Amino acid sequence: MASKLNLKVTSFTDRKRKLKSQLIIGVLLFLALLACFPFLFISAYVISKGIGSLDWAFFTQLPKGPGETGGGMANAILGSGTMVLMCCLLGIPWGMAAGIYLSEYGEGKTARILRFATDLLTSVPSIVVGIFIYGLIVIYFGFSAHAGATALAVIMLPIVARSTEEILKLIPNHIREAGLALGIPRWKVILRILVPGCVGALVTGVMLAIARVAGETAPLLFTALGNQFFADSLSQPTASLPVQIYNFAKSGFPDLERQAWAGALILVLFVFVINFGTRAFIYYKKS
Amino acid sequence: MDGEVLKVEKLNAYFNDFHAVKDVDLSVNYHEVVALIGPSGCGKSTFIRCLNRLHEEVPGARCTGNVWLDGQNIYGKGVDPVVVRRNVGMVFQKPNPFPGLSIFDNVAVGLRLAGVTKKSVLSEAVEEALRKSALWTEVKDKLKKPGTGLSGGQQQRLCIARALAVKPPVILMDEPTSALDPISTAKIEELIVELKNDVTVVIVTHNMQQASRISGRTAFFLLGELIEYGKTSKIFTKPQNLKTEQYITGRFG
Ligand SMILES: Nc1ncnc2c1ncn2[C@@H]1O[C@H](COP(=O)(O)OP(=O)(O)OP(=O)(O)O)[C@@H](O)[C@H]1O
Ligand SMILES: [Mg+2]
Repeated sequence: MASKLNLKVTSFTDRKRKLKSQLIIGVLLFLALLACFPFLFISAYVISKGIGSLDWAFFTQLPKGPGETGGGMANAILGSGTMVLMCCLLGIPWGMAAGIYLSEYGEGKTARILRFATDLLTSVPSIVVGIFIYGLIVIYFGFSAHAGATALAVIMLPIVARSTEEILKLIPNHIREAGLALGIPRWKVILRILVPGCVGALVTGVMLAIARVAGETAPLLFTALGNQFFADSLSQPTASLPVQIYNFAKSGFPDLERQAWAGALILVLFVFVINFGTRAFIYYKKS
Repeated sequence: MDGEVLKVEKLNAYFNDFHAVKDVDLSVNYHEVVALIGPSGCGKSTFIRCLNRLHEEVPGARCTGNVWLDGQNIYGKGVDPVVVRRNVGMVFQKPNPFPGLSIFDNVAVGLRLAGVTKKSVLSEAVEEALRKSALWTEVKDKLKKPGTGLSGGQQQRLCIARALAVKPPVILMDEPTSALDPISTAKIEELIVELKNDVTVVIVTHNMQQASRISGRTAFFLLGELIEYGKTSKIFTKPQNLKTEQYITGRFG
């Protein structure tokens, strides 16, 4: 029996419809590719500008004075590393505790207010966080790694809190009930059953928060200030990559400008490594 | 042991203002399997969740009345719901192994978090629970694999093992086979019958053949009330209440 249905594109309107759909897909693809362009451009530019100044001295030596050649950013690398680490020690437990509270006990009015405050904190410009820590700590104790790390932790706090909350909320309630039904207290259900079950996702959230704070400049200007040398202690002004890049880039001396590019490259690489590392970790967890 | 392991007196359960379980009295003997049947929404789940104090964990939920477990009122003053739940295990409708935990850890977690640390004790308890839940031969070579990687029926037996591992005298099961295929269902039914030697089982089921295959007594619920409770054979052949008869013969519900 010959079918009366015609399933092939024949008529003019059909053809027009198909063309239109292809056109729209084409435009969307173009815009999506365009969105990648800044990323590719920045990476290529930073690499080409910075790679030439990346040598052993860059990682091991202090900056030389203006006009001199050579030297490196060892103080800034160490300072950034120290402050990001201190920020993590403060910000991760603090943010996770807040996130756990919001997800697991976040029913009442208090929690709603807290959640709103966390959201507001996320959108507070980072320079304002810097000024806040300046008024809270720096005025009394001076510029220091402590103050810098605290400012970074305040920026990290809401990011970690909200990602922790969202991740825990994805766990269906019957898993919590299964834990409770085993005669396990609620706090242990959270820490020993829910958290281990989503460690991969939690780590991802934390990594992205670290990548975010590692590049912050504005809050450090007001808190850690910067330092031409290694800081002797955590209570002294401390150099950091973003601030040093900023200072060198506007110095007007070609040699320092070249080092600023190298510093930018290190920062970008750090963020890449964190992102790739996170992905590799998730992949490893899955298999 | 003889006598009543569970005795429920005038139990009422609420979700905010909604009265879900009304004035239920019911008792369960040691080594008995009791089936709860009734149309959807009649309060069976709510009722059994009052027996391990899980009902109160739902925001806005509360209940009144007494539940005597081995002679002690679980709603008495100073009773810790956590301790109650260690003595009244539960298996849910949907298999819910803990994500991220291995098969071994899923079974061991109850004991471990109750303070058992000795490895030999834990592995013995895990093996025993897995054997009782008829899962041991299937998983003994992959105890380190995640529990969520098992099939649905295996996951449900894993959940039974998890509940058994802490050795509660009573286990509640809320439609434990409704998400499973007939073969897994048969396995679990067989298992329940065998468990009778060790534990008392209260099971909710929509499957009347299942109720008659495994239970000694059956309770019929309707709109939050316990309509009829008695020997399963009698409930299914000569029910006393017209509503029970109508439900059993499929005339409503
Ligand atoms: N979390 C809740 N909040 C408000 N009402 C609820 C909640 N859970 C259940 N109910 C209501 O309580 C009543 C009893 O529900 P329950 O889950 O105990 O029924 P059930 O007999 O187990 O039904 P099923 O056979 O479908 O599982 C229903 O009317 C239901 O709508
Ligand atoms: Mg139910």
